[in-house]
Amino acid sequence: MKKRIAIAVFLLLTTINATQAAEIAQPAAPTANSFNRLMKPKLQKNPSAAEDGIHDPANPGTSLLQSPAEGLAGLVESKQGNYVDWVKSLEAGKVAPRADRLDPNAQPIVFDMNIVREVKGSMPNVVYPHKQHTEWLDCSNCHPDIFIPQKGANQINMASILLGQKCGVCHGKVAFPVTATTCRLCHSQPKGGSTTASTTP
Amino acid sequence: MKQNKLRTLLAALMMLLALPLLTSHEARAEYGDVVLNNYAEAAGMRPAVFPHWFHRVRFRCKVCHADLGFKMQAGANEINMAKIIEGQYCGACHNGEVAWSIENCDLCHSGKPGTPTQVHGNTVQNLLGGAKPAATPAPAAAQAATTDKAKK
Repeated sequence: MKKRIAIAVFLLLTTINATQAAEIAQPAAPTANSFNRLMKPKLQKNPSAAEDGIHDPANPGTSLLQSPAEGLAGLVESKQGNYVDWVKSLEAGKVAPRADRLDPNAQPIVFDMNIVREVKGSMPNVVYPHKQHTEWLDCSNCHPDIFIPQKGANQINMASILLGQKCGVCHGKVAFPVTATTCRLCHSQPKGGSTTASTTP
Repeated sequence: MKQNKLRTLLAALMMLLALPLLTSHEARAEYGDVVLNNYAEAAGMRPAVFPHWFHRVRFRCKVCHADLGFKMQAGANEINMAKIIEGQYCGACHNGEVAWSIENCDLCHSGKPGTPTQVHGNTVQNLLGGAKPAATPAPAAAQAATTDKAKK
């Protein structure tokens, strides 16, 4: 008798747990095609500070912090990072970040020069646009510490980028991360022939 | 005797089933959120959290990383309150003029206790595991990268 009760309790708990798991994975009503083929976790983008796992909800100041969902509302969206396309948001005037600590009218020194890096593998060549980078950054942020400002002087590979070196000093920490969906943001010039992007020293 | 065994078995099963409920909470803070815990917890404060997203809506990277001299490496700037009060680093703006002043301790010192210094959600962390909230050891790989960069 006791054994039967135990089995019944076990089965009940299993089903409760299973349904809870299913709820977490699949909040919408299941349809014929609702199987999660890509095994993607449920997207919970821009959670508030109290729910984000690194802020302490018990801290009185946490609830005063602006929630990312509110602070990033209306910006151009992307599929990774903050789920914001910062470059496009700046171009579209959705954000107006100061170029100086105090002077709201200071203009950044924008330098428009594309660098094409011919890559050894089968991927398209990399086009590095100085323009989009100097909108945000100063020359001294990258040169000469991260990149020697001389053609051919910089050895760059994906392994070092993924480990936080070279482009990875920013890309993978604050600038758009290296994911399967972002390869072609840099590897954007087809090899052989096409010279749509301007080639420069 | 048999009952006891059954009970322990049941208890064990229930604990097993409850496990996913207890461990399901993981950090999913904003990309680029920096946790700074060089000195904070040792001094009895919560770790400080710096939200990149909030600041880059208002300032271009160069304002802090070129003009104010912030190194692009979490924890490498060795910021402490004395420097901030003197107007260095965060104190260049958080002085009650550009942004709110330092008496609002818990707006920055808002991190979960035990969270190590890190850039949350960085690629190294994602690839190699390493620093997770409420875990003390810093990611070995990230540290290796740090020291490598520091040498330069």
